[in-house]
Amino acid sequence: MAVYKKTYRPYEGALTARWSRLLVIPRYAFEDLHRRKFLAIFFFASFLYPLICAIIIYIQHNASSLSLINAQGAQRLITINVVFFLSLLGWQSMLALFLAAFVGPGQVSPDLANNALALYLARPFSRTEYVLGKMSVLLILLSLMTWVPGLLLFGLESYLEGWSWAVDHARIASGLFFGAWVWILLLALLALALSAWVKWRAAAGTLMFGVFFVASAFGAVINGIERTNWGHLFNIGYLVGSVWVWLFEGNNPTTNGAIFFRAPRGETLPLWMSWAGLAVLALVCLYMLARKIRGAEVVR
Amino acid sequence: MDHPVIDLDGLEVRFGDRVILKSLKASLTGRSIGLLGPNGAGKSTLLNALLGFHWPSAGTARILGRDIRREPRAVRSLIGYMPENDSFIAGMSGVRFVRLMAELAGLPRSEALERAHEAFFYVGLGEVRYRTLGTYSLGMKQAAKLAQAIAHGPKLLFLDEPTNGLDPPARLRMIQLIQEIRDRGDLHLIVSSHLLRDVEECCDEVLILKDGSIAAFCNLEEERRANRRFLEMETRGELNGNFVEAIRGLGCETAPGAQGRLKVVLPDGLEIRRLYEIAAAQEVQIRRLNRRRDSLEDIFLKAMEAADGRL
Repeated sequence: MAVYKKTYRPYEGALTARWSRLLVIPRYAFEDLHRRKFLAIFFFASFLYPLICAIIIYIQHNASSLSLINAQGAQRLITINVVFFLSLLGWQSMLALFLAAFVGPGQVSPDLANNALALYLARPFSRTEYVLGKMSVLLILLSLMTWVPGLLLFGLESYLEGWSWAVDHARIASGLFFGAWVWILLLALLALALSAWVKWRAAAGTLMFGVFFVASAFGAVINGIERTNWGHLFNIGYLVGSVWVWLFEGNNPTTNGAIFFRAPRGETLPLWMSWAGLAVLALVCLYMLARKIRGAEVVR
Repeated sequence: MDHPVIDLDGLEVRFGDRVILKSLKASLTGRSIGLLGPNGAGKSTLLNALLGFHWPSAGTARILGRDIRREPRAVRSLIGYMPENDSFIAGMSGVRFVRLMAELAGLPRSEALERAHEAFFYVGLGEVRYRTLGTYSLGMKQAAKLAQAIAHGPKLLFLDEPTNGLDPPARLRMIQLIQEIRDRGDLHLIVSSHLLRDVEECCDEVLILKDGSIAAFCNLEEERRANRRFLEMETRGELNGNFVEAIRGLGCETAPGAQGRLKVVLPDGLEIRRLYEIAAAQEVQIRRLNRRRDSLEDIFLKAMEAADGRL
């Protein structure tokens, strides 16, 4: 049994590198998340769709395996193309929204509710590092759900189809990577900003869905009443979808997005408006965080 | 080179149009410094400004020679902070919480864990260190806050109202801990409180704030030494001017007190019998002569007194 000396003694030992302290927050957060069984199950269940995709890709290149179940020719039903990967990203991104709504509010709101920010920020640890540390929890989890399986499947397809396919479809890989990052950065910022303002965890999580679904409904109402397309600016799914289509296919798209992230045909806004809309949302989130993440609250 | 613990160099903090700290200038060198003042005097704002939570609108301050404007991170690496309010991380065990805080201060994982255990035993929470912080009593939470403030071995400890809400035994334990930390001499202490007794028991220097300005600054050790020669005298009738002059001639310092009393500080080596001899010579009847201690309360009340005599 350890015997602890009941006295105060100064610390004379070595200190860790400044950058490594940023990783302390996600390490503790992952230890906590690991204990939440529902989240662990949800997280692992989210890999079901990529697993099915992997099977489809395998079958596409192993037609003989279909003959075992008398389903010759079934591989022609699905083509491995932009739509395949865009659907994968769309589906995984929807699951990412749910995960962010479950995990995100638990990052900042308990610290604010219990005045813990003063303890974090009284150390050689800045507000930016605090936010980055908290964000990194979501960024790591959401990356594992979105672009990591996406690129693994792209790699599998490239391996089976030949590297010339990879070169020809390199834009899909970059679209998967950057498209996912647009989404997960936005999700992480929104989750942290809402949890910084709404101290009740459940309310902050619900509000995340509200921002996505209620805002898009509000945009649709504007479009209906004013007979315009500008209401789509409130539809985050639309904004992200139109950016994805450009990232995947450039200026000559053959698709209009996937799942919830779809820009209806004939109702398009200029692409720069989508980027601007997303940038404004990110800036609003950053402003909300800057207002709340402080060592001491200023009462004017 | 020895730097002052805190060097306030025209430090001013504004919240919008309101000036909260008004160009504070002082050099604090004591081992344990008390920050006194009524609610709203600016004590917590001063601590927050020194921690970098509030950016100075003018002037600056240096902590152990480090400028809070230019080197805020270096300043914070020197400090351990025990905030006034309940501050903890919900759902965490006590020792895990202190370990996290020590790691954020830069301690490697194993050292942070070891010192978290040590800190918990030191503040008397060794037996409950694996319990969730949310289940702690108020006194235990205060002790846990102290544990997280000292776990990383700071050079300077900020204690903001450390006995807030504690019952008498818990308060006594907290005061004893603070005194023990002070007496070990490994670090400096800043104790912010509106409780004079806490400051008197824990500090050797006191900075008294009022409305964001420095109302008084005194060295309690020197005051205590001076108090050993401090008398309060009451005479019959009006004080005789010649009598006052005569005792001043002996090297005494005098000051008129309330209700015709006279405060007298005797020089070293002067016996009280000499005062009676002079009183007899001047035909002054001394009705009462008390050795009196100019308590921190007197110093505080004097500092709080407005120009027109109102508090």
